[in-house]
Amino acid sequence: MITKDKQNTLIWLGLVISTIVPFLFPNHITLLTYIWVMIILALTWDMLGGQTGYTSFGNILFLGVGMYVCAVVQRDMFSSGLGRFERVSEVVVNLNVSEYFISLAVGTLSGAIVAVVLAVILGSGILGMRGHYFAICTLGLGHAAAEIASGIDYIGAGSGMVTPLYPSELLIGKEAFYYYAFLLVAVATFFLFRKIYQSQFGLALNAIRDNENKAESMGIHTTQYKIAGWSISAFFLAIAGAGIGNVIGFIDPVEIAFSGPTFGVWMIVMAILGGKGTIWGPVLGAVILYSAKETFWTYLLGWDKVALGLLILIVVVYFPKGILGYFKDRKQLSNSILSQKGEE
Amino acid sequence: MELLNVKSVDKSYGGVVANHDVSLTVPKGKIVGIIGPNGSGKTTLFNSIVGHHPIDSGEIHFNGKEISSLTIPKIARLGMLRTFQQTHIYDKMTCVQNMQISSNIDANWKRIFNPFSKEVDEMVDELLAFVGLFRKRFLLAGDLSFGQQKLLEFAMALMKKPTILLLDEPTAGVNPTLINGLIDRLRQVNEEKGITLLVIEHNMRVIMNLAEHIYCLANGTMLADGKPDEIQNDQRVIDAYLGN
Repeated sequence: MITKDKQNTLIWLGLVISTIVPFLFPNHITLLTYIWVMIILALTWDMLGGQTGYTSFGNILFLGVGMYVCAVVQRDMFSSGLGRFERVSEVVVNLNVSEYFISLAVGTLSGAIVAVVLAVILGSGILGMRGHYFAICTLGLGHAAAEIASGIDYIGAGSGMVTPLYPSELLIGKEAFYYYAFLLVAVATFFLFRKIYQSQFGLALNAIRDNENKAESMGIHTTQYKIAGWSISAFFLAIAGAGIGNVIGFIDPVEIAFSGPTFGVWMIVMAILGGKGTIWGPVLGAVILYSAKETFWTYLLGWDKVALGLLILIVVVYFPKGILGYFKDRKQLSNSILSQKGEE
Repeated sequence: MELLNVKSVDKSYGGVVANHDVSLTVPKGKIVGIIGPNGSGKTTLFNSIVGHHPIDSGEIHFNGKEISSLTIPKIARLGMLRTFQQTHIYDKMTCVQNMQISSNIDANWKRIFNPFSKEVDEMVDELLAFVGLFRKRFLLAGDLSFGQQKLLEFAMALMKKPTILLLDEPTAGVNPTLINGLIDRLRQVNEEKGITLLVIEHNMRVIMNLAEHIYCLANGTMLADGKPDEIQNDQRVIDAYLGN
């Protein structure tokens, strides 16, 4: 068992390495950035999917909403609005340094707030449903959002929109800036979620996962807790979305913003792979799955998806509770053997 | 003083009448029993009282307040808790966590992201020792035996400091040695903490020892009620149980 002190030392060591890594591999900064992105996605999915036991296929909605809201704020905050005959998908806004960062910050925050409002509204509608019914209900969310976004000219409809250019006169480059930004958000998410899972709130989520009827009969307002949990997830997902839009530089409703087959599925697979319902599981799953995906893509091009599928299959068959879930079970088993010995 | 007052409650599922014109009163501080053959509507009555489903007609008063239209969490917060026939515990959480979450969570949204307070933890240790599960406190609740889970569920209910506890067959599936301990503890809780008990029980030895007043349900209607020895000698009750 890793003690808390040791764990903290490991965390600090990891943070130091993460901070200097961009200098060691300057050509792979974007790739490293995505690892942090994936960690955020997996952690936020696990709040409801792992800790509360409510599988959501619709969390991608909040990612896309954060992306779009931020991009719109960035585009419109300091410019006079769209020209009448301009095509939205071709509008590239040039901002100076302070304008860029102010609009980015305001945009990210507004994206997060809109996502939370959406989570509360949608949640009070569908989080009253139990288990599988909720999962089925969320299945359409991302797809519906993509369809709706494809029909709104103000955000470029089906052709998407372009995020502002990163100001070139800065010392720190675009890749490095977003690397550290995502590092910061991921670390903040991790520590906040860890605090939440150790709190009364976190235990209430676990209680809902284990026996919702009992939780209700003990006076816990379960739906309110589920909505609150989903809102917290939505907040951080939207922040991640705002950043992803800017890293890619282009937003497309189907392929990027509300992309169920990529981000939407990955966040679920990563959390399950690492061990859902644990704080380190999603982190581990994100690192492993994303590294594997990139490695397969580099060395097995053409067969990369097959290899990735095989990896997921192996994990599901041999580690159905994820990598950390497997070790957690073994530890619990030895605990119960120890206590039985103590009894004799 | 009457703590719980059920007045001519009707409940049917489709065409099946589960409860018809059922009335009972539970005085404050007493232990009241409900007996009846299988399928006589005992658990349905419990479900009606705690707000698990709406009732078709009748009234349920708790502490003088009409509660038949309230939801389960609201009724629970008023101080009325129930335990289940099959154990309902949080099986992937440790005993301590099961107990902690059963205490009253801080209503203050600022403190909800803090761990549980020291007072709660002390109460957890005390109650786990009371039901004899202190040494198993760090085990997953799902790994406990059925009898131990029943004890845990009982202790969890006590965490809420209820005014009344509705126990659905507390001794079913529990071994005879544990049953004696359980009866002692139920009585202790009633005497020392002043918690009123309403108990469904099939084990006649248990209910005759425990309850001061017993109601007998049969085919969804109230067949008889009275003191334990009156019930024991009531011909209608004997007939209902033997199926005549």
